[in-house]
Amino acid sequence: MTPRRRRLILVVGILAGVSIATALALRAFQENVMFFFNPSQVAAGEAPTDARFRLGGMVAKGSVQRTPGSLEVRFVVTDFKRDVPVVYSGVLPDLFREGQGVVAHGRLNADGVFVADEVLAKHDENYMPPEVANAIKDQHGGRMPAASAGAAEASEATPTPTMGGQ
Amino acid sequence: MAWTWFHRLASPPHVYRLAERLTPWFAWSSALLILAGLYGGLVLAPPDYQQGEGFRIIYVHAPSAWMSLMVYTVMAVAAAVGLIWRMKVAHAVAASCAPVGASFTLAALVTGSLWGRPMWGTYWEWDPRLTSELILLFLYLGYMGLRSATEDVQRADRASAVLAVVGVVNVPIIHYSVLWWNSLHQAPSVMKLDKPSMPLDMLVPLLLMLLGFTLYFVAILLMRLRGEVLSRERNASWVKEALSR
Repeated sequence: MTPRRRRLILVVGILAGVSIATALALRAFQENVMFFFNPSQVAAGEAPTDARFRLGGMVAKGSVQRTPGSLEVRFVVTDFKRDVPVVYSGVLPDLFREGQGVVAHGRLNADGVFVADEVLAKHDENYMPPEVANAIKDQHGGRMPAASAGAAEASEATPTPTMGGQ
Repeated sequence: MAWTWFHRLASPPHVYRLAERLTPWFAWSSALLILAGLYGGLVLAPPDYQQGEGFRIIYVHAPSAWMSLMVYTVMAVAAAVGLIWRMKVAHAVAASCAPVGASFTLAALVTGSLWGRPMWGTYWEWDPRLTSELILLFLYLGYMGLRSATEDVQRADRASAVLAVVGVVNVPIIHYSVLWWNSLHQAPSVMKLDKPSMPLDMLVPLLLMLLGFTLYFVAILLMRLRGEVLSRERNASWVKEALSR
């Protein structure tokens, strides 16, 4: 075996070893790497009940209720399989709207309502000019902008990569 | 023979002259592409239906982020070639890549953070994508620190090359982080097998910027490589000839 061949095997070996170690470590810490839990995971009891965690999903259509005279807002976060009601007081980001993704940080109370102290908007990967979005919206009878319609179909069909399946 | 061009790349004077000849071509074409991409992206492309004008930061953010991964891959391959074939020029390439890659990574992190504040509602979250990209910055900085901590060039080459090769496992993690884990960062719009989630008038400037950034990287790499080769070969006779011209 030439020294060059030995060095080649050494480098490939180091790379393979480090890759396997990293893959195992990431698998072991799977839950800690997850940025948020989706409503199905919350329903399955995977989210902590006595600690703060992040809840992610779509804001359900027609679920946003504002309390007049205060910053309090109530809405439902859904992954199209399970729903979690959320209550939040504070300023919402610009991209917060029904049918869009959000990530809320807080804890579940005794009634199963998620009390959030921070709400972030999660943008999807679709980009389009306003005219196109309006045209697609018109075709759908003014119900749904295209991006969230596409995302909704995807979420119903499969554990969608956009909102992070499993 | 077929491998002659490869063996000639091991010769520092050959590489020095080749880099000198190629630099202006890459530099000028990258300048033209970036100007065209900026005009297309900042002026011609329509605003996004949700993000409005703010989406235009993608024309700097996404190419910077792609380059941060591409430069690291080039650096790791060069380092591996240097380790296996004991090729000094390959180590010089790897050493020249690091500061450029670190700058692209920093640019991606800063532009992403500025975009995140109005769109997500936060400058920074410990999200898998954001965290793995930050680790990439530390890999670059660690590589540079390790090199400058060792006086002997050959030892610096070998030690830093091992770090570069080991760190390459982070590259697929960064790319797939948004698909493997629940993440705040959106999934890829362009770098996927599906068709891009973007109309052509937004996409074309983005691809021009990506190509422009790539050629810019090659131009800077060639310039840095010449400096690196000169400093390594400072006692060789061809350097005196090259510099007295």
